[in-house]
Amino acid sequence: MAIERILKDDASEEKGERARMASFVGAMAIADLVKTTLGPKGMDKILQSTGRGQSVTVTNDGATILKSLHIDNPAAKVLVGIHISKVQDDEVGDGTTSVVVLAGELLREAEKLVASKIHPMTIIAGFRMAAECAREALLKRVVDNKTNEEKFKMDLMKIAKTTLSSKILSQDKEHFAKLAVDAVLRLKGSTNLESIQIIKKPGGSLKDSFLDEGFILDKKIGIGQPKRIENANILVANTAMDTDKVKIYGARVRVDSMAKVADIEAAEKQKMREKVDKILAHGINCFVNRQLIYNFPEELFANAGVLAIEHADFDGIERLALVTGGEIASTFDNPESVKLGHCKLIEEIMIGEDKLIKFSGVEMGQACTVVLRGASHHVLDEAERSLHDALCVLSQTVNDSRVLFGGGWPEMVMAKAVDELARTTPGKRSHAIEAFSKALVAIPTTIADNAGLDSAELVARLRAEHNKEESNAGIDVISGSVGDMSELGISEAFKVKQAVLLSATEAAEMILRVDEIITCAPRRREDRM
Amino acid sequence: MALAFDEYGRPFIIIKEQEQKTRLRGLDAQKANISAGRSVARILRTSLGPKGMDKMLSSPDGDVTITNDGATILEQMDVDNQIAKLMVELSRSQDYEIGDGTTGVVVMAGSLLEQAEKLLERGIHPIRIAEGYELASRIAVEHLERIAHKFEFGENNIESLVQTCMTTLSSKIVNRCKRQLAEISVKAVLAVADLERKDVNLDLIKVDGKVGGKLEDTELIYGIVVDKDMSHPQMPKQIQDANIAILTCPFEPPKPKTKHKVDIDTVEKFEALRRQEHQYFDDMVQQCKDVGATLVICQWGFDDEANHLLMHRNLPAVRWVGGVELELIAIATGGRIVPRFQELTAEKLGKAGLVREKSFGTTKDRMLYIEHCANSRAVTVFIRGGNKMMIEETKRSIHDALCVARNLIRNNSIVYGGGSAEIACSIAVEAAADRYPGVEQYAIRAFADALDAIPMALAENSGLQPIETLSAVKSQQIKIPTRVMQENNPHCGIDCNDVGTTDMREQNVFETLIGKQQQVLLATQVVKMILKIDDVISAAEF
Repeated sequence: MAIERILKDDASEEKGERARMASFVGAMAIADLVKTTLGPKGMDKILQSTGRGQSVTVTNDGATILKSLHIDNPAAKVLVGIHISKVQDDEVGDGTTSVVVLAGELLREAEKLVASKIHPMTIIAGFRMAAECAREALLKRVVDNKTNEEKFKMDLMKIAKTTLSSKILSQDKEHFAKLAVDAVLRLKGSTNLESIQIIKKPGGSLKDSFLDEGFILDKKIGIGQPKRIENANILVANTAMDTDKVKIYGARVRVDSMAKVADIEAAEKQKMREKVDKILAHGINCFVNRQLIYNFPEELFANAGVLAIEHADFDGIERLALVTGGEIASTFDNPESVKLGHCKLIEEIMIGEDKLIKFSGVEMGQACTVVLRGASHHVLDEAERSLHDALCVLSQTVNDSRVLFGGGWPEMVMAKAVDELARTTPGKRSHAIEAFSKALVAIPTTIADNAGLDSAELVARLRAEHNKEESNAGIDVISGSVGDMSELGISEAFKVKQAVLLSATEAAEMILRVDEIITCAPRRREDRM
Repeated sequence: MALAFDEYGRPFIIIKEQEQKTRLRGLDAQKANISAGRSVARILRTSLGPKGMDKMLSSPDGDVTITNDGATILEQMDVDNQIAKLMVELSRSQDYEIGDGTTGVVVMAGSLLEQAEKLLERGIHPIRIAEGYELASRIAVEHLERIAHKFEFGENNIESLVQTCMTTLSSKIVNRCKRQLAEISVKAVLAVADLERKDVNLDLIKVDGKVGGKLEDTELIYGIVVDKDMSHPQMPKQIQDANIAILTCPFEPPKPKTKHKVDIDTVEKFEALRRQEHQYFDDMVQQCKDVGATLVICQWGFDDEANHLLMHRNLPAVRWVGGVELELIAIATGGRIVPRFQELTAEKLGKAGLVREKSFGTTKDRMLYIEHCANSRAVTVFIRGGNKMMIEETKRSIHDALCVARNLIRNNSIVYGGGSAEIACSIAVEAAADRYPGVEQYAIRAFADALDAIPMALAENSGLQPIETLSAVKSQQIKIPTRVMQENNPHCGIDCNDVGTTDMREQNVFETLIGKQQQVLLATQVVKMILKIDDVISAAEF
């Protein structure tokens, strides 16, 4: 008798070994894809979108690559799903590539173990023990310079440089590291990266990028209005400055003669004039509105010598209100109780060919703007991503100031501790723990490989070096040898490494636990004829 | 195909378009049904127990779910076969009634079907098998009652409740922090429980999740969490002793339902209308202020002008709050939902000890916490996790744990887990079988064998030798009678976690009595129903 089909026709079901293999293969394929972007000598990828215009992105940012892929394999989707997850990108911001590579290596090792008849649950138990042990090992070797401000700043610089060195900005990493550190230090411990505004302007070279201490609004100043205001009182508003409509529903104008139309028009104008007068009564010399300002009121503002800026988008308005300390106003009847924003100087500046408005000397010292310059949009986009990564890492480091060395050093430290654990653990789990350490070593191996170095030789030397107590050895990609990471000034944030370790383990565990994949029949699309 | 002929030898058409339909009859039909039921059970079998594996399900839209919750797997599998749909129903009804043990019930039904197939092959009539199963299930349920323990807990003694919830959670992916989640679930249930009536309204527990943070950040909030922020970025982020006006009318000029037109034909009218408009906004805000509200929660949007006025008059407001959330807030704060500004009075305001806005991560994610409400019986479990998949799975796990805690409050009898209850029942049913004359005896014995399937699956999933382990445990149960009960020792189960003892009392693995009883009864019922089908007529594909 034929076995009854219980699923729909197009659905598929994969079981046991096959399911596991499908998920291993999928996950490893993703890992191999981003593997070559790891490390300072990592290569970039070109991503061409399928949408109209086939826009092209050039990047080596793991998160961006993974985000743009269309994936069919469910396991690969899990891996991607975890890493473009908000945690890694928002709260850590960097290390997405490392997570995927580590998870891929873990699964590669796990596959071998499964093949030699070790139950996945045993492997998971081993991985968990190993991850915990690795974390402990890192914790023992962290350096915390929170108390020493000078040294702490040095740490931040090192971290920024290390993060940036794998990106397009590596040419000018000194410059950008300083930029990023300055920007983050202005935040004074808050992780709210919104106060750091990044403006991209094509033209010039990357070196011309700069950090500005004020706030820059990408808008033009109305014609005939002052281009420079000192000690500005700013009113930030969200109000209609076109024909202020009657909001009562159903109202309409019905007249029977031209004269009356003219009357009403005059009344309307009068109304606008009154509104402008009320606004002016606040004693301001700069008015920023979220909505359009029509010609007529603009003229009135110009006459009064007030700088009026229209159509600042919502973000711009909120940020401006935040940095200048004003409140966003929509009614103007009580000038005395509306809080105005202040800044020392408003001026129009030129960046490239564009005019921008700069507010400097604002009350809240936290905000700042980074202006990126570069040859093309691709370069600028990539630069922004790189800078974003660096800023995320730095802002986290300001809160959790524990720092590790980079260049494969943490992986070797962890591998060593995990190896020791494997030797002292009885039972099948020790195989899994050993596999974990092998997977860890794969990261320095990949870094060396990507740099075109002899990875086998280097990693072996590194291992020997780490057998000594308190070794600071890591891979020096530039000279192609094993070097002292503390001398080379290559550092990474502990928080990033920890997140990489934990989420890679978690991802591997999630995929290992699966023993069956059921794919439902795709939803029938309506045929569009 | 059954054909009837009339007196002239012409065939009757009994079923419309007979040729296009497939039809299975008699033993074939039963066997086909049984094999369909079993293949559903086979899918779930490996997910049973603390070491159960997960299933990866890819939905019609390509979203991936990873879970080992029986009800969810079956729900998302999108089965086509009618019998398989019955099995899905089965696990769903276990989910509704008990909330836990959804995998176990399907596995059990599967093994009952498997046993029934053997009996069918020996020529026993399906109805006799069904009757035998019925008898056996009654024996099993009674026996469960006998081996059950009363189990003590109080407001301050929640340890035992936590332990039970931990048993449930240990089979899920969240078992990394099962202790914490179990405590959260128990506290949540106790907060809303009516201990005198022994009833818990789970509607009062809202399980909400937001991507970000880590699982350890999951928390229990005595109050409500709303995924909204203050309508104006500069309104205060924290309000002590808030009086909340809950409105379902917008802060906008009125829109009468009847069709109307306001004609403006003179300048005076234009001016008058403008003043009116101003007045209108002013009045709305004033009315809220007059009754003493310190926070306005509104179902609709605000006009820019109204928003600024609210901010100006120092009256924080939240807009676009969904209907369900609005109701929850009303319940929690003891306020009334007010549809018109004119109807606002001081009595209709809700009270909350603390309302605060909390932001997450580096991005602009804000949530509103309403805590210390007048009616503290609404709580929220707020889940944080790395990604959406994790949060969904945690939600399901918490739901299971909440149900278990609720069942214990309703009926505080427990049986021991790890398959020990099934083994004990199996022994009891086996012993009882001999007392029944007639064919049912075979069916009852088959039922006992079927009960063994659950511990067997548990052992298999834990990487133990199933047959060896089961027989060892079974003999242990019979060999060591406890002195207190003068009977067999029903606490021996499968040592899934490799702790070293088979005594489930020491391992603290409990399950609720009603949960177990329900499993046995539901599984038997469905199997009986499947056995009674002897003809399957299915329409041709079209």
